[in-house]
Amino acid sequence: MPIDTEFRPAGSDTSDSAGPDTAAEPSLADYRPPRHPGLSTQCVHAGERRQKQDGAISTPIHTASTFTFESTDELIEFVEGRHVREEYGRYGSPNEKSVEAKLAALDHAEDAVVYSSGMSALVGLLMTRLNQGDEIVFFDQCYHRSRQFCREHLSRFGVTTYQVPTGDMAVMESAITPRTKMLVSESPTNPHLTAIDLDAFAELGRRHDVETLIDATLATPMNLKPIDHGVDFVLHSATKYLGGHNDLLAGVLCGGRSDLEPVRAMRGCLGNVNSGHNLYLLERGLKTFELRMHRHNENGMKVARFLEDHPRVERVYYLGLPSHPTHAIAARQMTGFGGLVTFTVKDADWRETAAVVDAAKIARIAPSLGGTESLIEQPLVMSYYNYTPEDRRDFGIADNMIRFSCGIENPEDLIADLDQALSA
Amino acid sequence: MNEPGGIGGSGEDPASLSKTSFRTRAIHVGNEVDAATGAVVPPIHLASTFRQPGAGVWGDFDYSRSGNPTRSHLQRTLASLEGGVGALAFSSGMAAIHAVTMLLRSGDHVVAGADLYGGAYRLLHKICDRAGIGVTLVDLTDIDAVEAAIHRHTKLLWIESIGNPQMSVPDLASLATLAKSRGLWTGVDNTFGTPALLRPLEFGIDIVMHSATKYLGGHSDCLGGTLAVSDPDLLDQLYFIQNATGAVLDPLSCFLVSRGLKTLDLRIRQQSETALRLALWLSELSDVRRVLYPGLPTHRQYDLARRQMDGAQGGMLTFELNGSLEKTSKVCESTKLFHLAVSLGAVESLIEQPATMSHASYDAADRARFGITDGLIRLSVGLESFEDLRDDLLGAMTA
Repeated sequence: MPIDTEFRPAGSDTSDSAGPDTAAEPSLADYRPPRHPGLSTQCVHAGERRQKQDGAISTPIHTASTFTFESTDELIEFVEGRHVREEYGRYGSPNEKSVEAKLAALDHAEDAVVYSSGMSALVGLLMTRLNQGDEIVFFDQCYHRSRQFCREHLSRFGVTTYQVPTGDMAVMESAITPRTKMLVSESPTNPHLTAIDLDAFAELGRRHDVETLIDATLATPMNLKPIDHGVDFVLHSATKYLGGHNDLLAGVLCGGRSDLEPVRAMRGCLGNVNSGHNLYLLERGLKTFELRMHRHNENGMKVARFLEDHPRVERVYYLGLPSHPTHAIAARQMTGFGGLVTFTVKDADWRETAAVVDAAKIARIAPSLGGTESLIEQPLVMSYYNYTPEDRRDFGIADNMIRFSCGIENPEDLIADLDQALSA
Repeated sequence: MNEPGGIGGSGEDPASLSKTSFRTRAIHVGNEVDAATGAVVPPIHLASTFRQPGAGVWGDFDYSRSGNPTRSHLQRTLASLEGGVGALAFSSGMAAIHAVTMLLRSGDHVVAGADLYGGAYRLLHKICDRAGIGVTLVDLTDIDAVEAAIHRHTKLLWIESIGNPQMSVPDLASLATLAKSRGLWTGVDNTFGTPALLRPLEFGIDIVMHSATKYLGGHSDCLGGTLAVSDPDLLDQLYFIQNATGAVLDPLSCFLVSRGLKTLDLRIRQQSETALRLALWLSELSDVRRVLYPGLPTHRQYDLARRQMDGAQGGMLTFELNGSLEKTSKVCESTKLFHLAVSLGAVESLIEQPATMSHASYDAADRARFGITDGLIRLSVGLESFEDLRDDLLGAMTA
């Protein structure tokens, strides 16, 4: 076995439950996000060979599109499955295996499949699992492109999508029919940051023999381990916190080895794979993931608390605040609450809200989140500009809503910048 | 030839960033949004040459040795982080030191530290000496010895901000004052200190140099060297040397160093915290004769290190085992998490034995003279957890 996927640093089993100062009863006055020491060791080492080619300490970048066989005999051994190795880039590559093993370890999963983007990971799973006549059930707060793919494209292949109110397990259960093949949710959702009760969600799926998928992009493997709650598949847009530097696109699906076998085969068929260059950058980003994420959590909490006390702010959506309707769920299943903070500006129309966005000097106006650089956006303009006011009301996208993705800058700098933007 | 704007630094910061903290500037200065596309991370410019507006009319960039946009981005970040007027990126740390020595001419003399990095030792004693440049090595923590070594031909005082492997800490302000009074340039190799924890230009030092291969890049995946200065004339001289001799950093490596700088402050502070905890733990072991770490109260320059450095003392530490050369080698070979390798400053922890590895080129007499004993072990502390590294060392020592 060439890849050390068994690597578990000492103490990693206990570190994720991180003792008494986790989110169980957070006292905001002295909130300090928990450290995840064993996780940091895994970020650096898990999934990598101890001794690499030529003794190199970092993983070499393989750019080869194809891999040669010494002889026909070796090829026959490979075709007959007696010799596991690389064949052709679309079916797998050394850089892919290395980063997949690391991602699986971080998510407590048996296996991981990496894609060229987060959307591609979603499409890859759904295209593997669904047939004409099947149904899936979504919670209605979700990434608008996921919704669009299901509504506009899956529907063309005879797959029906049902959306039910976010977090309402009874309604989700009532939507399940013998044709239902998958229950899908984000946790936390975007941009309202609603936490889904993963134990209940996974249990619902098991009871009806339906697979469950959680998009945990906003939570990350540091703050939430859906697999440990019994969820079948975890999806991340690795473009966000995992890559972490706003300089690559990638997606990942984590889950059981046998569950992912056909999913990986479908990726080989569809070809939504990454180059060695991109996979290396992702692996490099993961080396500092625990450090960065610790800082995103801290910045998110500080910015959220600052905004909640600000006279120009109407409402703050952040799972670390007791004011969030699903705070209790989050406190039970998460160990940190991430860097994304959504808020609404008091008595402001969309233009006045845009003026706050435009006044920010450190955060830049852009879609995406989870990188070293803070980003700011107004969901109405960025993602929902072409929707009707009625649709926006249904999706809960208010005109005066701002989504702030904390980077890893100094929190005092971010707060000072937001303060001047709100006062401008 | 046109000098591109990209060697300048803090003067070009957007006003909103110049007052922000180190960590915020490491992320934003030199990383301005690409005007052409809005890209939040600047593009990597691999172009070797640049189309010009007209014959004899020069654009911002002409030929990549003279200036490259990706290198300029990195240099502007570095200048801001060091508090200098500008910075230059070289293909390795040695290329950066070599550029400094090319300020000198035949007959000039250099004073440098007794525990000088072996590569710099080789440059001064085997390359510069051929140009008739002399060198004297002294203990830089002994200011009287330094003064005594300076004579009328001395032009450069070369200092390492933390000596290796003894972890000695020289007093930068005193050395800068002495050098100014005698008309010498001062250069500090701040590789062990990092600009997050130590900024020599603030103490009156003329040139700060880094092997960017170490903490600045931080991921063991690129080579690089940097210089930053506070005097525009000196910057012009060094730029002239760099452009004339050509040891520039390639654009892909510039990108990787820039990406590394964004997490430098987080990395080095975490590494320092873990190093201090390891130093305290090692100090309690009966098998350990001594621990050399500037953050330990038992360190000879503990107070100076705390005064000179910004809240932490770095990720490098040395300790001495009660044991033979062979036993010490065995410990270094028995770790499961620490990699046995030279170099330092990366996310992965490294272990090495100075007597057989980093300082093997010293003969036995010099090893004794500089305290490089058989039981000495040098650690470069990475990002793994303290508990995992402690358990790994304990396992190796009891193997």
